[in-house]
Amino acid sequence: MADTAEARPAKHVVYCGVCTLPPEYCEYGGTTKKCEDWLQANHPNLHSQLYDTEAATKALSNLSVDAQKRAEKDAQKKAAKAEAAEVREKNARAASKVYIKRVERNKRKYVTEVSGLEAFGLDLKKIAKEFGKKFATGSSVTKNAGGTGDEITVQGDVSEDIFDWLQEHHEEIPEDNIELIEDKKKKVGPAVPPPQ
Amino acid sequence: MFKKEFSPGAKSKVKSSVQRGIRQKAIETYPKLEPYIDEIMPKKEQLDLVKIPDRVSLYVLNATPLFYQHMDDPLIPHLSLVHKYPHCFHRLRIDRGAIRFVLSGATLMVPGLTSPGGRLPDPTISPDDEKGNDGYGGTELNTGEVVVVEAEGKENACLVGVLKMSTKEMKEKKKGVGMEGGHYVGDGLWKLDLS
Repeated sequence: MADTAEARPAKHVVYCGVCTLPPEYCEYGGTTKKCEDWLQANHPNLHSQLYDTEAATKALSNLSVDAQKRAEKDAQKKAAKAEAAEVREKNARAASKVYIKRVERNKRKYVTEVSGLEAFGLDLKKIAKEFGKKFATGSSVTKNAGGTGDEITVQGDVSEDIFDWLQEHHEEIPEDNIELIEDKKKKVGPAVPPPQ
Repeated sequence: MFKKEFSPGAKSKVKSSVQRGIRQKAIETYPKLEPYIDEIMPKKEQLDLVKIPDRVSLYVLNATPLFYQHMDDPLIPHLSLVHKYPHCFHRLRIDRGAIRFVLSGATLMVPGLTSPGGRLPDPTISPDDEKGNDGYGGTELNTGEVVVVEAEGKENACLVGVLKMSTKEMKEKKKGVGMEGGHYVGDGLWKLDLS
């Protein structure tokens, strides 16, 4: 190999867009069906190579029937698990809300606290940095009052702007799930009143 | 080692002198990588060091991970690098039945390598021979060597790590632990988001 090594360029490997593994390993990822669809759409020739001959190679493989059965069962279990996790996450997302709260810090001085973003898979630290840059104010990730989780605290009253920004940049958060709260029990914006 | 997903720790720039050292070490450990080292680690580029849990440091170039290292252990290539230059590393092969265990983070057991579907280096076949033993020729490997593990019927490697048993011993015993705590496709290190 050493003599041919010089001539060999770097190999380019395609990775699955769904499970990030090389497509040949998709069957072990638990999202096989989705991976297959993705490959079909993005790399049709690879798809035909992998999925058409697969049945044949499987039959040829020297695994005992017993082991194959076990493997299949395992794969099914894994797939079911992955699916369940997905459904659960989806439900959690639908149920969870983002609260944008304006808190009076001093007379006529406010801070805005944003909580609930982590349920949508966002990185609080990064978002806090973004807010700081966008509004040119201090913005940090802090523990919330109960000590149960983290929230982003932005200096100044920027609740409306945050609302707009979230709509623009993170469309995965439904509008109805964002809630604006003012400390003086006065509601602002198109949000529904908070349950009290 | 990276079974759980984790988030990267502090990222810092590597001093150019240290960078030279890493480069040197990489060539030393993987001599076959030498023709490509300029491609992998251009001299002028700034390398980054990302700290990840368990005292592992990961060397990153422009958001592509290259090598990881636990304390002062040998540099171990990230699998994306292995996939690009598979012929530059010592290779073994496991049988089909072992793949699913490896990909869920189990330790690599020797029977997966010694069974008909697996391949261990065969000293009677020259490493340049692509046909004999399916291209898995070469000398016996010792404990502590970094090897890439490929899988029967698959093109790309699925695991990389340090051998816990020499290949000679494996052939004699045919059981026991072959490798522990390696880096496999789909583990935390693989899924690490560096952007």
